[in-house]
Amino acid sequence: MHEMSLAEGIRAVIEDQARRHGFRTVRTVRMEIGRFAGVEKQALAFCFDVVMRGSPAEGAVLEIIDLPGRALCYDCGESVELNDRLDPCPLCGGGRLMPEAGDEMRIKDMEVV
Amino acid sequence: MCTVCGCSGKVMVGDLELTHEDAHRLGLAHHHHDHDHDHGAAQSHDHAAAHHYGQGPAGVSVPGMSQARLIEVETSILAKNDAIAAANRRVLKALGALAVNLVSSPGSGKTTLLVETIRRLGDQPLAVIEGDQQTSNDADRIRETGASAIQINTGKGCHLDADMVARAMDDLALVPGMMLFIENVGNLVCPAAFDLGEDAKVAILSVTEGEDKPLKYPDMFTAARIALINKTDLAPHCGTDLDLIEANLRRVNPKIQILRVSARTGDGMEAWAGWLRGRLVEKTLRRGG
Repeated sequence: MHEMSLAEGIRAVIEDQARRHGFRTVRTVRMEIGRFAGVEKQALAFCFDVVMRGSPAEGAVLEIIDLPGRALCYDCGESVELNDRLDPCPLCGGGRLMPEAGDEMRIKDMEVV
Repeated sequence: MCTVCGCSGKVMVGDLELTHEDAHRLGLAHHHHDHDHDHGAAQSHDHAAAHHYGQGPAGVSVPGMSQARLIEVETSILAKNDAIAAANRRVLKALGALAVNLVSSPGSGKTTLLVETIRRLGDQPLAVIEGDQQTSNDADRIRETGASAIQINTGKGCHLDADMVARAMDDLALVPGMMLFIENVGNLVCPAAFDLGEDAKVAILSVTEGEDKPLKYPDMFTAARIALINKTDLAPHCGTDLDLIEANLRRVNPKIQILRVSARTGDGMEAWAGWLRGRLVEKTLRRGG
Protein backbone atom coordinates (compact mmCIF):
# COMPACT_ATOMS: atom_id res chain seq x y z
CA MET A 1 0.00 0.00 0.00
CA HIS A 2 2.37 2.72 1.17
CA GLU A 3 5.58 0.76 1.44
CA MET A 4 7.75 3.84 0.90
CA SER A 5 6.25 5.49 4.01
CA LEU A 6 6.71 2.25 5.92
CA ALA A 7 10.36 2.03 4.87
CA GLU A 8 10.82 5.60 6.08
CA GLY A 9 9.26 4.53 9.40
CA ILE A 10 11.75 1.65 9.61
CA ARG A 11 14.62 4.06 8.94
CA ALA A 12 13.44 6.39 11.71
CA VAL A 13 13.37 3.49 14.19
CA ILE A 14 16.84 2.29 13.09
CA GLU A 15 18.39 5.75 13.40
CA ASP A 16 16.83 6.15 16.83
CA GLN A 17 18.21 2.76 17.92
CA ALA A 18 21.65 3.64 16.48
CA ARG A 19 21.80 6.74 18.68
CA ARG A 20 20.65 4.79 21.70
CA HIS A 21 22.90 1.74 21.32
CA GLY A 22 25.85 3.30 19.51
CA PHE A 23 26.18 0.98 16.53
CA ARG A 24 27.25 1.99 13.06
CA THR A 25 26.13 -0.82 10.82
CA VAL A 26 23.03 -2.97 10.67
CA ARG A 27 23.50 -6.35 9.04
CA THR A 28 20.02 -7.78 9.33
CA VAL A 29 16.64 -6.33 10.20
CA ARG A 30 13.95 -8.81 11.24
CA MET A 31 10.38 -7.67 10.94
CA GLU A 32 7.07 -9.21 11.93
CA ILE A 33 4.23 -8.51 9.55
CA GLY A 34 0.70 -9.73 10.08
CA ARG A 35 -1.32 -11.31 7.32
CA PHE A 36 -3.91 -8.56 7.48
CA ALA A 37 -1.40 -5.70 7.61
CA GLY A 38 -1.84 -5.05 3.89
CA VAL A 39 1.90 -4.94 3.30
CA GLU A 40 3.23 -6.01 -0.08
CA LYS A 41 6.44 -7.72 0.93
CA GLN A 42 8.21 -7.46 -2.43
CA ALA A 43 7.43 -3.75 -2.59
CA LEU A 44 8.62 -3.24 0.98
CA ALA A 45 11.90 -5.04 0.20
CA PHE A 46 12.45 -2.76 -2.78
CA CYS A 47 11.63 0.40 -0.81
CA PHE A 48 13.80 -0.80 2.07
CA ASP A 49 16.85 -1.02 -0.18
CA VAL A 50 16.21 2.47 -1.56
CA VAL A 51 15.31 4.23 1.68
CA MET A 52 18.17 2.76 3.74
CA ARG A 53 20.84 4.33 1.52
CA GLY A 54 22.97 6.62 3.64
CA SER A 55 21.68 5.08 6.88
CA PRO A 56 23.33 2.52 9.18
CA ALA A 57 21.17 -0.11 7.48
CA GLU A 58 22.43 0.52 3.95
CA GLY A 59 22.84 -2.88 2.31
CA ALA A 60 21.26 -4.67 5.28
CA VAL A 61 19.27 -7.84 4.76
CA LEU A 62 15.55 -7.54 5.46
CA GLU A 63 13.93 -10.67 6.85
CA ILE A 64 10.17 -10.86 7.22
CA ILE A 65 8.38 -13.16 9.63
CA ASP A 66 4.72 -13.70 8.79
CA LEU A 67 2.27 -13.53 11.68
CA PRO A 68 -1.10 -15.27 11.41
CA GLY A 69 -4.38 -13.44 11.09
CA ARG A 70 -6.98 -13.99 13.83
CA ALA A 71 -10.58 -12.89 13.87
CA LEU A 72 -13.58 -13.13 16.15
CA CYS A 73 -16.52 -14.87 14.52
CA TYR A 74 -19.76 -13.04 15.24
CA ASP A 75 -21.78 -16.13 14.41
CA CYS A 76 -20.21 -18.73 16.72
CA GLY A 77 -18.34 -16.38 19.07
CA GLU A 78 -15.02 -18.19 18.66
CA SER A 79 -11.62 -16.65 17.93
CA VAL A 80 -10.27 -18.34 14.82
CA GLU A 81 -7.17 -18.21 12.64
CA LEU A 82 -7.73 -17.08 9.05
CA ASN A 83 -5.41 -17.37 6.07
CA ASP A 84 -7.32 -14.85 4.04
CA ARG A 85 -9.22 -11.85 5.29
CA LEU A 86 -12.40 -12.90 3.47
CA ASP A 87 -12.35 -16.59 4.38
CA PRO A 88 -15.44 -17.86 6.20
CA CYS A 89 -15.18 -19.06 9.80
CA PRO A 90 -13.40 -22.46 9.74
CA LEU A 91 -15.59 -23.67 12.64
CA CYS A 92 -19.13 -22.63 11.69
CA GLY A 93 -18.83 -21.26 8.15
CA GLY A 94 -20.08 -17.87 9.27
CA GLY A 95 -19.13 -14.82 7.24
CA ARG A 96 -19.04 -12.04 9.82
CA LEU A 97 -15.52 -11.88 11.20
CA MET A 98 -13.82 -9.03 13.05
CA PRO A 99 -10.02 -9.09 12.89
CA GLU A 100 -8.34 -9.36 16.30
CA ALA A 101 -4.72 -9.85 15.30
CA GLY A 102 -2.71 -9.85 12.12
CA ASP A 103 -2.26 -6.14 11.45
CA GLU A 104 1.18 -6.06 13.09
CA MET A 105 4.01 -4.20 11.38
CA ARG A 106 6.94 -4.14 13.75
CA ILE A 107 10.69 -4.46 13.86
CA LYS A 108 11.50 -7.45 16.04
CA ASP A 109 15.26 -7.23 16.26
CA MET A 110 18.39 -6.23 14.42
CA GLU A 111 21.84 -7.73 14.05
CA VAL A 112 24.27 -4.84 14.36
CA VAL A 113 28.01 -4.22 14.40
CA MET B 1 29.67 -3.44 -10.47
CA CYS B 2 26.61 -4.44 -8.50
CA THR B 3 26.30 -2.36 -5.35
CA VAL B 4 24.39 -5.12 -3.59
CA CYS B 5 26.62 -8.13 -4.02
CA GLY B 6 29.70 -6.71 -5.67
CA CYS B 7 29.78 -8.89 -8.77
CA SER B 8 29.65 -7.66 -12.33
CA GLY B 9 27.74 -10.40 -14.13
CA LYS B 10 24.67 -9.96 -16.29
CA VAL B 11 21.36 -11.72 -15.78
CA MET B 12 19.34 -12.90 -18.75
CA VAL B 13 15.55 -12.94 -18.62
CA GLY B 14 14.25 -14.26 -21.92
CA ASP B 15 16.00 -12.12 -24.52
CA LEU B 16 16.55 -9.24 -22.10
CA GLU B 17 19.96 -8.69 -20.57
CA LEU B 18 19.67 -7.07 -17.15
CA THR B 19 22.36 -5.43 -15.09
CA HIS B 20 22.93 -7.00 -11.73
CA GLU B 21 21.36 -4.04 -9.94
CA ASP B 22 18.20 -4.37 -11.98
CA ALA B 23 18.06 -8.09 -11.27
CA HIS B 24 18.21 -7.33 -7.56
CA ARG B 25 15.55 -4.64 -7.88
CA LEU B 26 13.27 -7.11 -9.58
CA GLY B 27 13.95 -9.67 -6.90
CA LEU B 28 15.25 -12.21 -9.43
CA ALA B 29 17.23 -15.14 -8.20
CA HIS B 30 20.61 -15.50 -9.84
CA HIS B 31 23.31 -18.00 -9.51
CA HIS B 32 26.86 -16.80 -9.13
CA HIS B 33 26.63 -15.42 -5.64
CA ASP B 34 29.10 -16.60 -3.07
CA HIS B 35 26.21 -16.91 -0.65
CA ASP B 36 22.95 -18.62 -0.95
CA HIS B 37 20.10 -16.15 -1.04
CA ASP B 38 18.86 -13.40 -3.28
CA HIS B 39 18.42 -10.02 -1.69
CA GLY B 40 15.42 -8.89 -3.64
CA ALA B 41 12.95 -11.34 -2.23
CA ALA B 42 12.02 -10.50 1.33
CA GLN B 43 11.76 -14.06 2.46
CA SER B 44 13.33 -15.40 5.56
CA HIS B 45 16.36 -17.54 4.98
CA ASP B 46 18.77 -19.43 7.09
CA HIS B 47 22.00 -17.63 7.77
CA ALA B 48 23.32 -20.56 9.74
CA ALA B 49 24.02 -22.24 6.41
CA ALA B 50 26.96 -19.89 5.79
CA HIS B 51 29.46 -18.96 8.44
CA HIS B 52 31.49 -15.86 7.63
CA TYR B 53 34.44 -14.94 9.74
CA GLY B 54 36.92 -12.13 9.52
CA GLN B 55 34.53 -9.96 7.56
CA GLY B 56 33.81 -7.46 10.32
CA PRO B 57 35.05 -3.90 10.19
CA ALA B 58 38.34 -4.92 11.74
CA GLY B 59 38.81 -7.66 9.17
CA VAL B 60 39.73 -10.13 11.85
CA SER B 61 38.00 -12.76 13.90
CA VAL B 62 38.56 -12.71 17.65
CA PRO B 63 37.68 -16.00 19.33
CA GLY B 64 35.06 -15.59 22.02
CA MET B 65 34.22 -12.05 20.95
CA SER B 66 31.36 -11.61 18.53
CA GLN B 67 31.58 -8.58 16.32
CA ALA B 68 27.86 -8.58 15.71
CA ARG B 69 25.19 -8.36 18.36
CA LEU B 70 21.46 -8.66 18.37
CA ILE B 71 19.31 -5.78 19.55
CA GLU B 72 15.73 -6.46 20.56
CA VAL B 73 13.63 -3.66 19.10
CA GLU B 74 9.98 -4.75 19.25
CA THR B 75 8.82 -1.42 17.87
CA SER B 76 5.97 -0.78 15.48
CA ILE B 77 7.00 0.82 12.22
CA LEU B 78 4.29 3.37 12.80
CA ALA B 79 5.41 4.11 16.38
CA LYS B 80 6.36 7.70 15.54
CA ASN B 81 3.04 8.37 13.82
CA ASP B 82 1.14 6.71 16.66
CA ALA B 83 2.91 8.84 19.28
CA ILE B 84 1.97 12.06 17.45
CA ALA B 85 -1.59 10.76 17.02
CA ALA B 86 -1.78 10.14 20.77
CA ALA B 87 -0.66 13.74 21.38
CA ASN B 88 -3.35 15.01 18.98
CA ARG B 89 -5.89 12.89 20.84
CA ARG B 90 -4.87 14.39 24.20
CA VAL B 91 -5.33 17.93 22.85
CA LEU B 92 -8.77 17.06 21.47
CA LYS B 93 -9.79 15.34 24.68
CA ALA B 94 -8.78 18.32 26.81
CA LEU B 95 -10.94 20.50 24.58
CA GLY B 96 -13.84 18.06 24.59
CA ALA B 97 -13.64 18.31 20.80
CA LEU B 98 -14.81 15.59 18.41
CA ALA B 99 -12.57 14.68 15.45
CA VAL B 100 -13.72 12.50 12.60
CA ASN B 101 -11.52 11.21 9.79
CA LEU B 102 -13.50 10.97 6.54
CA VAL B 103 -12.12 8.29 4.26
CA SER B 104 -13.31 7.09 0.86
CA SER B 105 -12.36 6.57 -2.75
CA PRO B 106 -11.96 9.68 -4.90
CA GLY B 107 -15.37 10.82 -6.14
CA SER B 108 -17.56 9.36 -3.40
CA GLY B 109 -18.90 12.82 -2.64
CA LYS B 110 -16.97 13.56 0.56
CA THR B 111 -16.70 17.30 0.05
CA THR B 112 -20.33 17.76 -1.03
CA LEU B 113 -21.39 15.70 1.98
CA LEU B 114 -19.21 17.81 4.25
CA VAL B 115 -20.57 21.10 2.88
CA GLU B 116 -24.14 19.86 3.47
CA THR B 117 -23.19 18.57 6.95
CA ILE B 118 -21.73 21.95 7.93
CA ARG B 119 -24.90 23.69 6.71
CA ARG B 120 -27.06 21.40 8.86
CA LEU B 121 -24.91 21.77 11.97
CA GLY B 122 -25.76 25.51 12.03
CA ASP B 123 -23.82 27.40 14.68
CA GLN B 124 -21.88 24.37 15.92
CA PRO B 125 -18.20 25.49 16.16
CA LEU B 126 -16.18 23.45 13.70
CA ALA B 127 -13.15 23.41 11.45
CA VAL B 128 -12.03 21.33 8.51
CA ILE B 129 -8.68 19.89 7.49
CA GLU B 130 -8.67 19.02 3.80
CA GLY B 131 -6.20 16.52 2.40
CA ASP B 132 -5.53 16.20 -1.32
CA GLN B 133 -2.48 15.56 -3.42
CA GLN B 134 -2.94 18.88 -5.23
CA THR B 135 -5.14 22.02 -5.38
CA SER B 136 -7.01 23.94 -2.71
CA ASN B 137 -10.37 23.43 -4.47
CA ASP B 138 -11.90 21.49 -1.57
CA ALA B 139 -10.81 23.95 1.13
CA ASP B 140 -12.21 26.77 -1.03
CA ARG B 141 -15.58 24.99 -1.20
CA ILE B 142 -15.59 24.53 2.58
CA ARG B 143 -14.68 28.18 3.23
CA GLU B 144 -17.67 29.26 1.14
CA THR B 145 -19.84 27.87 3.96
CA GLY B 146 -18.12 30.25 6.39
CA ALA B 147 -16.24 27.43 8.16
CA SER B 148 -12.50 27.68 8.63
CA ALA B 149 -10.50 25.19 6.59
CA ILE B 150 -6.87 24.30 6.08
CA GLN B 151 -5.74 22.56 2.93
CA ILE B 152 -2.94 20.02 3.16
CA ASN B 153 -1.39 19.07 -0.17
CA THR B 154 0.41 15.79 0.25
CA GLY B 155 2.21 16.03 -3.10
CA LYS B 156 2.98 12.45 -3.99
CA GLY B 157 1.65 11.22 -0.63
CA CYS B 158 -1.31 8.87 -0.61
CA HIS B 159 -2.57 9.58 2.93
CA LEU B 160 -2.52 12.13 5.74
CA ASP B 161 -0.31 11.31 8.70
CA ALA B 162 -0.57 12.43 12.31
CA ASP B 163 2.19 15.02 11.98
CA MET B 164 0.41 16.78 9.11
CA VAL B 165 -2.73 16.94 11.23
CA ALA B 166 -0.78 18.18 14.27
CA ARG B 167 0.64 21.06 12.22
CA ALA B 168 -2.79 21.89 10.80
CA MET B 169 -4.27 21.83 14.32
CA ASP B 170 -1.60 24.33 15.39
CA ASP B 171 -2.81 26.72 12.69
CA LEU B 172 -6.52 26.33 13.40
CA ALA B 173 -8.35 28.23 16.11
CA LEU B 174 -9.38 25.23 18.23
CA VAL B 175 -12.16 25.90 20.73
CA PRO B 176 -13.74 23.69 23.40
CA GLY B 177 -16.65 21.59 22.22
CA MET B 178 -15.86 21.96 18.53
CA MET B 179 -16.03 19.40 15.77
CA LEU B 180 -12.95 18.81 13.65
CA PHE B 181 -13.52 17.18 10.27
CA ILE B 182 -10.48 15.69 8.60
CA GLU B 183 -11.12 14.88 4.96
CA ASN B 184 -8.42 12.39 4.07
CA VAL B 185 -6.89 11.88 0.64
CA GLY B 186 -9.31 9.94 -1.56
CA ASN B 187 -7.84 6.46 -1.19
CA LEU B 188 -9.33 3.31 0.29
CA VAL B 189 -6.02 1.64 1.10
CA CYS B 190 -3.34 3.65 2.87
CA PRO B 191 -5.31 5.93 5.22
CA ALA B 192 -6.59 2.83 7.04
CA ALA B 193 -3.24 2.28 8.75
CA PHE B 194 -2.50 5.85 9.84
CA ASP B 195 -4.01 6.97 13.12
CA LEU B 196 -4.45 10.74 13.14
CA GLY B 197 -5.78 11.05 16.68
CA GLU B 198 -9.41 11.03 15.53
CA ASP B 199 -12.37 9.64 17.48
CA ALA B 200 -13.74 7.74 14.52
CA LYS B 201 -13.01 6.95 10.93
CA VAL B 202 -16.07 7.55 8.78
CA ALA B 203 -16.02 5.54 5.55
CA ILE B 204 -18.08 6.96 2.71
CA LEU B 205 -19.00 4.90 -0.29
CA SER B 206 -21.36 5.92 -3.03
CA VAL B 207 -23.89 3.69 -4.71
CA THR B 208 -22.13 4.00 -8.07
CA GLU B 209 -19.03 2.23 -6.79
CA GLY B 210 -20.39 -1.31 -6.78
CA GLU B 211 -21.81 -3.38 -3.94
CA ASP B 212 -18.59 -5.32 -3.44
CA LYS B 213 -16.38 -2.34 -2.58
CA PRO B 214 -16.14 -3.37 1.11
CA LEU B 215 -14.90 -6.81 0.05
CA LYS B 216 -12.33 -5.36 -2.33
CA TYR B 217 -10.94 -2.95 0.25
CA PRO B 218 -11.74 -4.61 3.59
CA ASP B 219 -9.09 -2.85 5.70
CA MET B 220 -10.66 0.57 5.44
CA PHE B 221 -14.15 -0.64 6.30
CA THR B 222 -12.77 -2.71 9.17
CA ALA B 223 -11.06 0.38 10.57
CA ALA B 224 -14.19 2.53 10.25
CA ARG B 225 -16.72 2.98 13.04
CA ILE B 226 -19.49 4.10 10.74
CA ALA B 227 -20.12 3.87 7.00
CA LEU B 228 -22.18 6.36 5.04
CA ILE B 229 -23.72 4.99 1.86
CA ASN B 230 -23.91 8.18 -0.18
CA LYS B 231 -25.78 9.20 -3.37
CA THR B 232 -28.73 6.95 -2.51
CA ASP B 233 -30.85 9.10 -4.87
CA LEU B 234 -28.90 7.50 -7.73
CA ALA B 235 -29.50 3.92 -6.57
CA PRO B 236 -32.64 3.29 -8.68
CA HIS B 237 -30.85 4.55 -11.80
CA CYS B 238 -27.81 2.35 -11.19
CA GLY B 239 -29.71 -0.75 -10.10
CA THR B 240 -27.73 -0.74 -6.87
CA ASP B 241 -28.70 -3.23 -4.15
CA LEU B 242 -28.30 -1.22 -0.93
CA ASP B 243 -29.00 -4.25 1.27
CA LEU B 244 -26.14 -6.08 -0.41
CA ILE B 245 -23.78 -3.16 0.32
CA GLU B 246 -24.81 -3.34 3.97
CA ALA B 247 -24.32 -7.11 4.12
CA ASN B 248 -20.86 -6.75 2.60
CA LEU B 249 -19.98 -4.01 5.09
CA ARG B 250 -21.03 -6.23 7.99
CA ARG B 251 -19.08 -9.13 6.56
CA VAL B 252 -15.80 -7.22 6.90
CA ASN B 253 -16.83 -5.36 10.06
CA PRO B 254 -19.71 -6.86 12.09
CA LYS B 255 -19.66 -3.85 14.46
CA ILE B 256 -19.92 -1.10 11.85
CA GLN B 257 -22.79 1.38 12.01
CA ILE B 258 -24.38 2.20 8.67
CA LEU B 259 -26.37 5.18 7.47
CA ARG B 260 -27.89 5.67 4.02
CA VAL B 261 -27.61 9.28 2.91
CA SER B 262 -27.90 11.55 -0.06
CA ALA B 263 -26.02 14.80 0.38
CA ARG B 264 -27.83 16.12 -2.69
CA THR B 265 -31.45 15.48 -1.65
CA GLY B 266 -30.79 15.61 2.10
CA ASP B 267 -32.16 12.11 2.73
CA GLY B 268 -30.60 10.62 5.84
CA MET B 269 -28.54 13.72 6.52
CA GLU B 270 -30.39 14.53 9.75
CA ALA B 271 -29.52 11.08 11.10
CA TRP B 272 -25.87 11.69 10.23
CA ALA B 273 -25.88 15.12 11.89
CA GLY B 274 -27.54 13.48 14.90
CA TRP B 275 -24.80 10.84 15.03
CA LEU B 276 -22.18 13.60 15.11
CA ARG B 277 -24.00 15.55 17.83
CA GLY B 278 -24.35 12.40 19.94
CA ARG B 279 -20.63 11.58 19.68
CA LEU B 280 -19.73 15.17 20.54
CA VAL B 281 -21.83 15.01 23.72
CA GLU B 282 -20.14 11.71 24.66
CA LYS B 283 -16.75 13.31 24.13
CA THR B 284 -17.61 16.42 26.11
CA LEU B 285 -18.86 14.32 29.02
CA ARG B 286 -15.55 12.47 29.08
CA ARG B 287 -13.51 15.66 28.78
CA GLY B 288 -10.46 15.54 31.00
CA GLY B 289 -11.85 12.34 32.57
